[in-house]
Amino acid sequence: MSSPSSYYIPHEAKWPIIGSIALFAFFAGFASLLNGGGWIVMALGAALLVYMMVRWFGEVIAESENGQYSAQVDVSFRMSMMWFIFSEVMFFGAFFGALFYARTFSGPWLSGLGEGGAAATNAVLWSGFDYVWPNNGPEQLGDNYTPMHWFPLPVLNTLILLTSGVTCTIAHHAIKHGDRAKMVRWLLATCALGFFFVIMQAVEYYEAYAHLNLKMTTGIYGSTFFMLTGFHGFHVCMGAIILLIVMIRGTRKHFSATNHFAFEAAAWYWHFVDVVWLGLFIFVYIL
Amino acid sequence: MSLTSRLSLLAVLSLGSFAARADINMPVGVTPISRDVYGLHMLIFYICCVIGVAVFGVMFYSMFKHRKSKGAVAADFHESTLVEIVWTAVPLFILIAMAIPAAKTLIAMEDTSDAEVTVKITGYQWKWHYEYLDSGIEFYSNLNAEHNAARQVGSGIDVSQFDNYLKDVDNPLVLPVGKKVRFLHTSADVIHSWWVPDLAVKKDAIPGFINENWALIEEPGTYRGKCTELCGRDHGFMPVVVKALPAEEYDAWVAENTQAEEAMIADSGDGASAAVAAVDDDREWAMDELVAIGEGVYAQQCASCHQADGAGIEGAFPAITGSAIATGDHAAHIDIVYSGKAGSAMAAFADRLSNSDMAAVLTYQRNALGNAVGDTIQPSAIKALR
Amino acid sequence: MSTAAAGHHDHDDHGPAKGWTRWLWTTNHKDIGTLYLLFSLVMFFIGGGMALIIRAELFQPGLQLVDPLFFNSMTTMHALVMIFGVVMPAFVGLANWMIPMMIGGPDMALPRLNNWSFWIMPFAFLLLLSTLFMEGGGPAGGWTLYAPLSLQGGDSFAFVIFSIHFMGISSVMGSINIVATIFNMRAPGMTLMQMPLFVWTWLITAYLLIAVIPVLAGAVTMLLTDRFFGTSFFNAAGGGDPVMYQHIFWFFGHPEVYILILPAFGIISSIIPTFARKPLFGYASMVYATASIAFLSFIVWAHHMFTVGMPLAGEMFFMFATMMISVPTGVKVFNWIATMWRGSMTFETPMLFAIGFLVMFTIGGLSGLMLAITPADIQYHDTYFVVAHFHYVLVPGAIYSIMAATYYWMPKWTGNMYDEKWGKIHFWVSTVFLNVLFFPMHFVGLAGMPRRIPDYNLQFADWNAVATIGAFGFGFSQLIFVYVIYKCIKGGEKATDEVWEGADGLEWTVPSPAPYHTFEKPPAQYS
Ligand code: HEA
Ligand code: HEA
Ligand code: HEC
Ligand code: CUA
Ligand SMILES: [Cu+2]
Repeated sequence: MSSPSSYYIPHEAKWPIIGSIALFAFFAGFASLLNGGGWIVMALGAALLVYMMVRWFGEVIAESENGQYSAQVDVSFRMSMMWFIFSEVMFFGAFFGALFYARTFSGPWLSGLGEGGAAATNAVLWSGFDYVWPNNGPEQLGDNYTPMHWFPLPVLNTLILLTSGVTCTIAHHAIKHGDRAKMVRWLLATCALGFFFVIMQAVEYYEAYAHLNLKMTTGIYGSTFFMLTGFHGFHVCMGAIILLIVMIRGTRKHFSATNHFAFEAAAWYWHFVDVVWLGLFIFVYIL
Repeated sequence: MSLTSRLSLLAVLSLGSFAARADINMPVGVTPISRDVYGLHMLIFYICCVIGVAVFGVMFYSMFKHRKSKGAVAADFHESTLVEIVWTAVPLFILIAMAIPAAKTLIAMEDTSDAEVTVKITGYQWKWHYEYLDSGIEFYSNLNAEHNAARQVGSGIDVSQFDNYLKDVDNPLVLPVGKKVRFLHTSADVIHSWWVPDLAVKKDAIPGFINENWALIEEPGTYRGKCTELCGRDHGFMPVVVKALPAEEYDAWVAENTQAEEAMIADSGDGASAAVAAVDDDREWAMDELVAIGEGVYAQQCASCHQADGAGIEGAFPAITGSAIATGDHAAHIDIVYSGKAGSAMAAFADRLSNSDMAAVLTYQRNALGNAVGDTIQPSAIKALR
Repeated sequence: MSTAAAGHHDHDDHGPAKGWTRWLWTTNHKDIGTLYLLFSLVMFFIGGGMALIIRAELFQPGLQLVDPLFFNSMTTMHALVMIFGVVMPAFVGLANWMIPMMIGGPDMALPRLNNWSFWIMPFAFLLLLSTLFMEGGGPAGGWTLYAPLSLQGGDSFAFVIFSIHFMGISSVMGSINIVATIFNMRAPGMTLMQMPLFVWTWLITAYLLIAVIPVLAGAVTMLLTDRFFGTSFFNAAGGGDPVMYQHIFWFFGHPEVYILILPAFGIISSIIPTFARKPLFGYASMVYATASIAFLSFIVWAHHMFTVGMPLAGEMFFMFATMMISVPTGVKVFNWIATMWRGSMTFETPMLFAIGFLVMFTIGGLSGLMLAITPADIQYHDTYFVVAHFHYVLVPGAIYSIMAATYYWMPKWTGNMYDEKWGKIHFWVSTVFLNVLFFPMHFVGLAGMPRRIPDYNLQFADWNAVATIGAFGFGFSQLIFVYVIYKCIKGGEKATDEVWEGADGLEWTVPSPAPYHTFEKPPAQYS
């Protein structure tokens, strides 16, 4: 099927350039905000971006539902989604890399363990600093804090996400058998779990700030902790929204047993978020 | 044998004599390591020349022989596993031949054990600070003042009158000949890199970390280098000068300066001597006294950014003259110097200046450089913060 | 289903839309390719203009023209513009034009995304270039944005970070599109090992991009949070490390330099066989060599950091791994020469640029090999020797390959032959000045001139003056290039379909200029 007799060629598209303008406003506005300016430009940019996405995706959905896409287009979409997820993996890789580097190199070095100038570093600059993980550095940035324990919230969150992976798979099986109603039901469960996860994470952050004195400014531990869990949480939100949209489309009689790429893309994304969480759970919370 | 190989020999030889010139090649240097590095450099350079001559020789031969205008007809071969293997294997062997001496030199470079003298070198924007850990001597090393005046944009001073333009400092690092010297490199603000080509020492100064390196200088002399890691506006203007003295002269220098250092600590209340400092910091200092000390501190510590006349640099460093902070409330003025301003080049001077020096420079800023607030900031006010 | 689709809706416009909005809204790979190429050309003059400011200040010792801070922001911007605004977009533009034609596809796999990938670029650069007019000036910490220096930037800092995110989005989307195109849009019957090398090298480049651009995004995001949100990734007091930034940056940065050269390899692999009238020697080993280079590029990053104080074992590893890259690169060079060997060569402008590439890239590669030798690199590092190295691989490397490609394919794009005489003049003038410009940098570098300095000792004066003369000569000779392009677009001798006597490949089977939609139906079964 992927060798069609004629190719699909879309007509002109106005959304991309609007998207560029939106991103421009968003970025420029965000930068000004950071420099002490107002937030309006940024908000306008974000709003336009959302509007653009809604309209652009709307068009794509309409075309798909009209059966304008050949099997070849479908394959293109699949590949793109796959490699997009791979690029996201690499993005997380940078932060995991930072975590590993801080734990295996900079921390021990500062406490005098290692070749070269490590001993001198500790003796001359930071005497008294003993490396343990977690730590907030030789100057104890952010003062005393309590590390986040892996129990109970993170364990609960792990269970939530794992369960949501299962519900998502059940939904997938349902649509593969053409049972749209069942798909919608199980997707609802998946989304609910996703949002529950986000709420739990918010609770965890509240705990951290309010009771543990664990903040972004808590040295390298706080930095890696919030950066990794924060970006992950953001991805969970995105994933849940995507699943929600897929669910709503399901209620509008979109998708069939053979044509449900959007569902699969969302599911892949969801599993990716899941796997990243497992990495987080192991390396951020447990080890 | 063939014309090509004879030509290549000629080319290599002429390149060789060319390369031996000091103004276009790496210096041989004055340490065992620098000589090794130079030898390694020339070895890989020659190997590269030979490869280049061979590759380009074949290519140009083909370009002359196999051209359509000469009636060449294209052959049709396009594969040969054998030659592919050969030209994968041969370069591999060449690389191994290069890697062995390289690895040996590298191992020797990294061995900092058994040093007799240890110097801690701290990079600042934009000067060096040297601290002899064995004798306690310490001092800053700034770009030579004349050069500094000449290098300003539109100074109108002809720089070609200075032989060592931008390569001369007020206080060179003095080192002994024939002793293994260990360097500890670090930085107080951004990354710098301390480089003296003749010693083959180049090591980054990383804030918060210490890197080690060493040199064994074999000939007395003056060796000049530069900061080689981009460190901001005046990165090009923080030279390194090493003065290598024969062992006895070096010892004499150390003896002399150790005394001077002690004397200095005794009368200026430098933070190094807490007991003396404590006494001084509590008394009420006179304005003249503070301004006099402050002038020196300002020239040493602040002028590189805020400029000698306090005018600052538009867009980069605020002017002190007429500055709201420097003519306003004491707390804010003290705070910006004591704690610095995160995310800017304005560093915290809490650990760099003694109570009296900081009070002096603050008072100086308020009452000189075109400002005339008329009040003083006392060392006791700084002491209270610690 | 697909036939139904074809009859069903209104995509049947066979020519370009009317009016200037065509360029804003186009989904046609050729239009988008053209936009990329023109954008890149404009940026080349902007980035080159900055280089000329640098060279003018360095013409003689003493500071004559600019403040040191502005000088630093010129080097920083020059590099960012040249890398992200010139070479990468030019390669993407060529990919857009040529890949669908070379593989017999209708267009890129995701045409609307393609439009977005392009239209991000002007906005991203608007964001970047606008910082030059901000309080505190543009970014001045070098294109590598090393912490903690980059954190000292003024208002420009956040804008620069976001402009990098912005360009990154474009690069990743563009690369995904290329991967999908190559895997999914090939003419029926064309196997991977039948694809032209340009397609192969781009496929591998696209993977490099997808893998490392997000890492760069992560690195600069950490800079951002260190500056604005109080994290301590690169701050020792909090347990972080400035060197960590360098590791992450170069994990991106080294593959990035191969991103800047692999497509060039593909172009050269197309041009040399054409003008030697002989098939490419060792096609399969070329593919494997490209893949090996890409693989090795992920494990050599710390050769940019030999002076940061890595453990000995690390330095050894990165030295050996870096040296290894010479082997597959050598295979490529040897294969090109073997392709020329016993061919029937002519030397039209594209071939001249290809040969210029071959010679001067090899010179740059050999100096790269010298840099790989750690103990020697400790002397070379951060001197003009390094500047000489990378300009030899970038200017007569990447830039020459882009020029060669332009001359080679322009007749296909415009339907007109370019002016051969002026093309040749462009080559010779450029090549002479280029060496006057960059060769002396080896000398001053070895003699001890650090890079990124606005002023220097008299000892370096002569060679710097020479280099500056070369820079202005090289810069202004690029106006010839613009002239030739302009003339070729305007008219000229009509090009034949095959254009070059020895040309081989699907792109030469379609008319010149190539029709707006090259293949609306898959071309006849491929081989
Ligand atoms: C297109 C871009 C490009 C390319 C292709 C290369 C190719 C190579 N580079 Fe380069 N490099 C840069 C762009 C590039 N580089 C840039 C931009 C910087 C500076 C960044 C910055 O700091 O701002 C840099 C810096 C840089 C450094 C750091 C220097 C320093 O800062 O101290 C090093 C060190 O190892 C290095 C090495 C190499 C090597 C070994 C290759 C190899 O790939 C070269 C291989 C090629 C050959 C060797 C020639 C052909 C081979 C033969 C003819 C076969 C026979 C050969 C042998 C047997 C040896 N490069
Ligand atoms: C693809 C990348 C690329 C390209 C093409 C170039 C091209 C050039 N580069 Fe660049 N360069 C880099 C990448 C590149 N460079 C990088 C990565 C750095 C490191 C930065 C860092 O340290 O952070 C660097 C640094 C660098 C330096 C070192 C700065 C320093 O360390 O202080 C110098 C100095 O001479 C230089 C010069 C040049 C010159 C003269 C050209 C010439 O080839 C340019 C040719 C000139 C033109 C094309 C101009 C044409 C203009 C006119 C005809 C006038 C009309 C003008 C207008 C209309 C505006 N470059
Ligand atoms: C490396 C450069 C540098 C050095 C050295 C330096 N400063 Fe500064 N200084 C700055 C910068 C940059 C600012 C602006 C900080 C900001 O507000 O972002 C500043 C701001 C100030 C201000 C506030 C001025 C105003 O009106 O905003 C005072 C006062 C000051 N510095 C005093 C000093 C003193 C005293 C010293 C020496 C002991 C000194 N500085 C050394 C870079 C420097
Ligand atoms: Cu200090 Cu450059
Ligand atoms: Cu590299």
